Amino acid sequence: MATQRKQRMTIVSFIVVGSAIAVGLVLFALNEGINVFYTPSEVAQGEVPSGQNFRIGGMVKSGSLRSGELQGTEVQFMATDCLVDIPVSYTGVLPDLFREGQGVVADGYIDGNGVFQASQILAKHDENYMPAESVAAMEASGATCDP
Amino acid sequence: MIPELGNFSLILALCLATLMAVIPMSGAVSNNQLWMSLCRPLSSGIWVFMLLSFACLSYAFLTDDFSVSYVASNSNSLLPVRYKFSGVWGGHEGSMVLWILMLASWTYAVSLFSRNLPLDMLARVQSVMGIIIIGFLLFTLLTSNPFDRTLLNTPADGNDLNPLLQDFGMIVHPPFLYMGYVGFSVAFAFAIAALLSGRLDAAWARWTRPWTNAAWAFLSIGIALGSWWAYYELGWGGWWFWDPVENVSFMPWLVGTALIHSLAVTEKRGVFKSWTVLLAIAAFSLSLLGAFIVRSGVLTSVHAFAVDPERGLVLLGLMLAVIGSSLFLYALRAPVVKSNASYSMTSREVFLLINNIILVVSTAAVLLGTLYPLIHEAVYGEANRVSIGPPYFNTVFVPLMGLLALALGVGTFSRWKKTSVTYLKQQLGKVLIASVALGIIIPLVTTSSVNISAIIAMMLGLWIVLTIIKDLMTKTANKKNFFVGLKSLTRSYYGMQFAHLGMAVIILGVCMTSQYSVERDVRLAPGESESIGNYEFIFQGITDEVGPNYEAQRGTVTVLRNGEEYMTLYPEKRTYFATRTVQTEAAIDVGFFRDLFTALGDERGDGSWVVRIHYKPFVFWIWMGAFLMAFGGILAITDKRYRSKKPVPSALAENSGQGGKLAAEAS
Repeated sequence: MATQRKQRMTIVSFIVVGSAIAVGLVLFALNEGINVFYTPSEVAQGEVPSGQNFRIGGMVKSGSLRSGELQGTEVQFMATDCLVDIPVSYTGVLPDLFREGQGVVADGYIDGNGVFQASQILAKHDENYMPAESVAAMEASGATCDP
Repeated sequence: MIPELGNFSLILALCLATLMAVIPMSGAVSNNQLWMSLCRPLSSGIWVFMLLSFACLSYAFLTDDFSVSYVASNSNSLLPVRYKFSGVWGGHEGSMVLWILMLASWTYAVSLFSRNLPLDMLARVQSVMGIIIIGFLLFTLLTSNPFDRTLLNTPADGNDLNPLLQDFGMIVHPPFLYMGYVGFSVAFAFAIAALLSGRLDAAWARWTRPWTNAAWAFLSIGIALGSWWAYYELGWGGWWFWDPVENVSFMPWLVGTALIHSLAVTEKRGVFKSWTVLLAIAAFSLSLLGAFIVRSGVLTSVHAFAVDPERGLVLLGLMLAVIGSSLFLYALRAPVVKSNASYSMTSREVFLLINNIILVVSTAAVLLGTLYPLIHEAVYGEANRVSIGPPYFNTVFVPLMGLLALALGVGTFSRWKKTSVTYLKQQLGKVLIASVALGIIIPLVTTSSVNISAIIAMMLGLWIVLTIIKDLMTKTANKKNFFVGLKSLTRSYYGMQFAHLGMAVIILGVCMTSQYSVERDVRLAPGESESIGNYEFIFQGITDEVGPNYEAQRGTVTVLRNGEEYMTLYPEKRTYFATRTVQTEAAIDVGFFRDLFTALGDERGDGSWVVRIHYKPFVFWIWMGAFLMAFGGILAITDKRYRSKKPVPSALAENSGQGGKLAAEAS
């Protein structure tokens, strides 16, 4: 009986140690891996803590895309929820389905000049697709427009 | 006519599956030989009708029968023939038919290759498989029938297959992935059958092992193909994004890996029985979770099928029914299963336990990260959306895999029941010193820079490789010479070592790629160039090309190596006729030690383009490692102890004597 109990204790202690390590790792990682989503209106109202990484979702405002005249591979455009426009700057290759008047989601932070510096631009590979976050942004603003 | 025949076959398969769910099981309960033996003809019947149904759907695709709605929305008359065929599983409905065909194939295979399985066990297993088939067939027939017709206003041409799927990788990736997903249903069925019959012994583990290995090997290849496809088709140069859909295929793999190891303990030592059963249930449940997440659209993902909440609800119901009933059965029956073998703190049992804990914890962490956005939304309301990015997954996952790699080396050396610490020290001391020393020296000499991640990965990779070599030397030490010794080792032993080698190769590949990749997105006018190391990429400009169902802007990039012309790459940006979808086609020079990756970005005026130029060392090793793992899994199945006709004595009896056997034949 004693050995059985010892074995059970071995198993239990391994599981306890294992889960403790895991919980620690998860809490630590959640802290830095989580990206909260904000709409352009929320960003304009200063709801986003400065210097924090977050996601912004909205539409690419028509006629706002600038790339040719900028240096290197930088692009700039306006992300809008029909109430507020937030300038976005991104350096790199835009996704295939990135288009003016279409939904967009960007990862990044707001710099000192109020420009959203995107580290990643997301657009799903589907013609009729609007990112869930963009839909949420349009619904949250309650406004309709032809961006 | 043909599509109706396909539909009819699906219904016939459903009828046969209903018979199979009831009759053999009743036979097993009432000990009726005839009823039990009916499972063999029934499973072949289901398989034949599923095959027929699949053939009918393929026929509809190949003959451009756009009166079938599913064909109309996933094909086009201009589509090349091979993509018309792969279009069969390019959408939700057709992929369900492929899914069930594979389920039926596994069921049929079990009935073919289980000649030495007791009839009542086979009958129970087949009945459980029958129940699963019923669930999926009902789901397909009621919510997503691929044979639905639009006879009025038949479209003149189809909407076309999603351009992302018009690719060789998409022809082969889903079949392998589904074979893996669905394959875990066999281990699940064996577990349920064992719980029902109360015969959860070492023999049960021996029957289950080859099937689990096979499913796991398919899943390994399926995931690797998917990652490879994403790498060259999405045009980002990444190979793993911790996307929800990737995660849901990865979780059954992780639990399946744990299951393989836990089955080894159950077969050899008769312990961890309840745990093994739980893993078998978990592996299949996670496969179902994968189906639910991919097909319901609850999580935003690049790969998800069209969103349909109704289907999602049905699948959720199916999943909860399977998980709920199997866990209920487990709660009723598992306590009956007792084990009475003993082992010490440094035995192989304990190291395999550590393996299981790490893998299950990793799965839980991936599951949490995948579902966290849903939980957050449910708690804080729809307006407060969050997303969990790769930093979370990497922070949790990478250290856990490091621990796993460490334990792996010791685990292969340890023996069942009891391993003396002195023995381990004596065997592994030098290996440890060598892998630490070489792990520091090799990156320093080859790159002349200090990179802690690269050094740690190199140490872990070498640790696995060197323990494999050391283990081979130890195992062959008593033989006449090394080669005679090598021949005496079993195939399942080699299978294990190949799979472990695969793990080392993946660790090295992942680390070298992530640490030493050079990724440049540059704006180049025709004639301009960009240099990475001793390679120079000259952008020659864009030409217009026309393909069978698309037009393309094709870039010409001449690559110079050490100033001499090496090769030319042609990245493309395609616009498909039917959908007007734009699709980037990367051009890659694949090499054993490095890939050269180029993709076209967008035009930036004055004839200049953004060109994505990546130098990716050792990226090939990631997929090579996965294939080594799969090869190891298959090799272990061919071990002769699974083929022997005579009944093998139970492992408990085998090991009950003093002095556990050497680990040579293990795993």
